[in-house]
Amino acid sequence: MSSVNLASARIWRGTPQALLACVVAIGLAWIAPGEGYYLNILMQAATYAIAVSGLVVVLGYCGQISIAQAAFFGIGAYGVAIGTVDFGMGFFPAMALGVGASAILGVILGFGSLRLGGHYLAMVTISFQQIMTLFATNWIGFTHGPDGIRDIPRPSLLGISFANGHAFLALCFVCLVLATLAIWRLKTGRLGRAMQAVRDNELAAGTCGINVFAIKVTAFGISAVMGGIGGALFAGGFQYISPDQFSFGESIVLLTMALLGGVQSPFGSLVGTMVLVILPEWLRFLKQIYLAVYGAAVILIMVFLPDGLWGLMLARVIKRSKPIEGTVAPLPLLSERGKETAEIVLKIEGLAKHFGGVKALDGIDLNVRRGSVHALIGPNGSGKSTFVNVVTGLYKPTFGKVTFAGQDITHAAPHMRNRAGLARTFQNIRVFRGMSVLENVMVGAERPGNDIAENPADVVDRALAALEFVGLRGDAHRQVAALSYGHQRYVEIARALAASPQTVLLDEPAAGLNLTEKHELGELLRRLKGHGMTILIIDHDMNLVEQVADHITVLNFGRRIADGRPADVLANPDVIAAYLGEPRHEAA
Amino acid sequence: MATFLQLLFTGLGIGAIYALVALGFVLLIRAASVVNFGQGQFSMVGAYLLVVFFNVLEVPYLLSMLISVVLMAGFGVLFAGATYWPLRHRGGLPVIISTIGASIFLENIVLVLYGPSPEVLPGLFDSPGIQVGPVFMDSQYLSILVCATLLVILQYLIFEKTLLGKKLQATSQDKEMASLLGIPVALMILFTFGYSAALGGLAGMLVAPVLFVSVGMGGLIALKAFAANIIGGYGSIPGAILGGLALGVAETMGASYISVPYKDAFAFAMLLMFLMVRPQGLFGEKISEKA
Repeated sequence: MSSVNLASARIWRGTPQALLACVVAIGLAWIAPGEGYYLNILMQAATYAIAVSGLVVVLGYCGQISIAQAAFFGIGAYGVAIGTVDFGMGFFPAMALGVGASAILGVILGFGSLRLGGHYLAMVTISFQQIMTLFATNWIGFTHGPDGIRDIPRPSLLGISFANGHAFLALCFVCLVLATLAIWRLKTGRLGRAMQAVRDNELAAGTCGINVFAIKVTAFGISAVMGGIGGALFAGGFQYISPDQFSFGESIVLLTMALLGGVQSPFGSLVGTMVLVILPEWLRFLKQIYLAVYGAAVILIMVFLPDGLWGLMLARVIKRSKPIEGTVAPLPLLSERGKETAEIVLKIEGLAKHFGGVKALDGIDLNVRRGSVHALIGPNGSGKSTFVNVVTGLYKPTFGKVTFAGQDITHAAPHMRNRAGLARTFQNIRVFRGMSVLENVMVGAERPGNDIAENPADVVDRALAALEFVGLRGDAHRQVAALSYGHQRYVEIARALAASPQTVLLDEPAAGLNLTEKHELGELLRRLKGHGMTILIIDHDMNLVEQVADHITVLNFGRRIADGRPADVLANPDVIAAYLGEPRHEAA
Repeated sequence: MATFLQLLFTGLGIGAIYALVALGFVLLIRAASVVNFGQGQFSMVGAYLLVVFFNVLEVPYLLSMLISVVLMAGFGVLFAGATYWPLRHRGGLPVIISTIGASIFLENIVLVLYGPSPEVLPGLFDSPGIQVGPVFMDSQYLSILVCATLLVILQYLIFEKTLLGKKLQATSQDKEMASLLGIPVALMILFTFGYSAALGGLAGMLVAPVLFVSVGMGGLIALKAFAANIIGGYGSIPGAILGGLALGVAETMGASYISVPYKDAFAFAMLLMFLMVRPQGLFGEKISEKA
């Protein structure tokens, strides 16, 4: 199987099934009751499911909690209602307005994620939800207040009238199919992968060239659009809306639907929505206690169904994925022959980082030559990790300057440094735990600025080549969390290599590896050496460093205590003292 | 000026309630890294317990409060067992969602038992209040302020001056290290849940005579307490107290001088403003993840 064919197949992926689903959905809409209670149930399920699919994007893919989906649903609904009833607009223009407003507010809400994670964001979204409800209730001149808006017309398009129940239901169903298809496909695309990377590990995502903030804002935007579309159709379906339909409680209901079904897939959210729309019918005998049972169900779902109903079904039904066959071109960087040159690719001048009164880095100078393997060593607490974090942009330096490939990157964001060609691995492994080995490495290959980043087929090839290089080709299809610690480290290295960086920073790659693994790592580094890529390796494993390094810089207490060729540095009395303590004269 | 002072007094009173609930929040955040969205329902359940003991069983007022507070502590431990314990290794989000589930559960169970019509509780004192200069000090608001002050002092003493407090602090700072030192971390976390529920419950009992005792009373209080938390500085104890007071005052003034229907919006608007401009709050530290 050649990967080029694979890619052309991907463009139309799911389309035949979606067409079939559309036909079936329209058929179902035709045999469904054209009015009354059951029509309402179906209409509610379809429009809710569209809104819930938005939560799959923001919560499932991107890992950002949003408890305001009912507000976006409401904005879409009010767009249609106010547009058609008060301003005499057509249904679809009014819908476009509502969905547009929803998208804009979604993006603004996403801006809240700039510096805020988890619970902060939950709170911001709840605040937003409450403010929207207050407006809908109190701004009577615009929203008609608590009485709501009635007699919302249904549209006609291209001479087809959607006024009757069957036709409008069919419209909702078709929109639902399209939404499900789009969001299902999103997951395996570049954007979806970036979202999942952000969800699994923000720091690592940033150092893979992903603009974490932009991705989050995009996820919020997409989610808000889905909410808006669902709400607009809801307004047309029920032809009456009021503020209580879009309250905080409804946001919780939408969230629960997503979680119950499984937030990792739009099919999950669809299942969850159907179950929770129909559940009240089954639970009718419970009468008042229904909502209490509902609340308890939320807890039980969280405890017993972490992946939702859909996750449960997948685990039971779907077979394990197979290894990926076929040959790929070796990593292009290995085809280069490049020795160390005199050019300074990474120049560090007077770099200092103070944490309160602690000078973790106290004025470091360092020149890394293009094509060399440069080792930065030092005892524990000497400032090595701080150094890497400042150079890759995770910490802001207190003083000093970092120049990379002629560019001053002292104040650049981590993803901008990566885009300039600086890749790294982490001491405490930071793989994207929710993704497969291949997907992890693909995120690396998709570094903006990488030669093949724009072509999905080449991205797969490059990722496989990188995995082949580290010896994990056969594990490409596995979940990365299932690999051993040492192999996860190789995944990180492959992720960095797939980005075809100019320079790669390896932060204590030998940490936590056993002897055999350390030996393998040394082997791998020797194979990497001499192909023109610059390697800055931070470690305190002398054996490893001696084997591969062209230059060694030694840090102690945040200062540089030695710098030069390995043999000279390792014979330096200060270095020996730093590593072994002061020499003990009585020792033989 | 007289109106201003009057509003200030009322605002501080209601702000003290937010502060108490916010304290409960902070303690759980610090001890267990749990954001408990059921915190407001603690207040609601506490107030209903007081209704049961005082209105129904006719136990003397202070004794009723005492019994209710003790029961709330036990309830907090149960709550932890259901929402936190099974999910403690799965990160923040699942616990947040399960506490949301618990809050829906609690509101609706109480709704089934007590119905939607609110219950009325008398104040702690029979006297309506005292006139101090231009300000009429309502006795219940005064009680709230006094109780809140006493609780803050008590909490300070417990946390700073006792071994239990030191263990709790150790637990909140570094669970692994604390357990290596032989501190029963699980017990400390359960204790914090219990304490936090008792605090929330007491806040509910204190505010009950001012508002009404209703199923929905807790939700809004908790949202504002959480807002107070962020305004004051996430995870900061003085921040929670000052944030709560500031929010109470801002909201009362806003309602009086700007708009009554949007009273509840001021808290959220203030929160959003803080989040955008100064997300670390008044007293918070900038938190950065270790690479």
